[in-house]
Amino acid sequence: MFELYGTELSSRLLLGTAQYPSPAVLADAVRASGTSVVTVSLRREMAGGRAGEKFWSLIRSLGTRILPNTAGCHSVKEAVTTANMAREVFGTTWIKLEVIGNHDTLQPDVFGLVEATRILCEDGFAVFPYTTDDLVAAERLLEAGCKVLMPWCAPIGSALGPVNMTALRSMRGHFPGVPLIVDAGLGRPSHATTVMELGFDAVLLNTAVARAADPVGMARAFSKAVEAGREAYSSGMLEPRDVAVPSTPTIGRAVFS
Amino acid sequence: MKLIVNGEALEIAATTLAALLAALDYEGDWLATAVNSDLVHKANRAEFRLSDGDRIEILSPMQGG
Repeated sequence: MFELYGTELSSRLLLGTAQYPSPAVLADAVRASGTSVVTVSLRREMAGGRAGEKFWSLIRSLGTRILPNTAGCHSVKEAVTTANMAREVFGTTWIKLEVIGNHDTLQPDVFGLVEATRILCEDGFAVFPYTTDDLVAAERLLEAGCKVLMPWCAPIGSALGPVNMTALRSMRGHFPGVPLIVDAGLGRPSHATTVMELGFDAVLLNTAVARAADPVGMARAFSKAVEAGREAYSSGMLEPRDVAVPSTPTIGRAVFS
Repeated sequence: MKLIVNGEALEIAATTLAALLAALDYEGDWLATAVNSDLVHKANRAEFRLSDGDRIEILSPMQGG
């Protein structure tokens, strides 16, 4: 169990709901992942289609907690308005806050992110900021009132995995008491294990599961990988060294020459 | 009255936000509405009077990551 904004969660894997081949596969993948939090978005409703109603009904049937996002927002105003609309529709103060600053990398605009975080925290939101691995930006976000940080490990959807281990390690070291969730860039279960071994509290991912040949199998694989990484971190790992150390005792060794 | 609804120009007789939603066959509690980039709460839609040229966004839950 771990805690985010006073809520105890059983799984350290948070899962996105986009890009699945079908609603049925999405539902099966969410169940297989064991996740207790799924991310959702808000988009323009299409007249008469009722797509939003059907999707919302499916999500509610999964019984998980909802983390709405402000995906695609490029300004503070857009993000704050979207967050308010999400609070009304989804009935939660939780918000995954995205303020995108760069079109190609989908890198967060950390300046806008800090401002939007301040506005939303003052308004009672529990903000989950999608940020970079920059320590100074992280510090400003905490000062703005959020209690959780969600640094990327690589650009959204890139599947590159942790590209800057030093930065992630520094972040863990600098904010020992803050829940840290790696959000974006994970491609393989081993990437999830790696960041969990660093001591991150959870991971949030979407594309790596949704676009896998078998999303349900991949959801299960990520679930195990996250657990393995966490248990390894909790159990204390050996530090690597450059020379061999015999694992079998040398005392009592027979002499035949 | 001329309105921009979800990015499309519409000519419509409705004078309140609630009437607009009804005219477009949007019913239910899974929708959020904004007029000229500001949220209009569900409870205020019936009284919210629209003006010519207003930009209305009607959003609903969708897949997201």
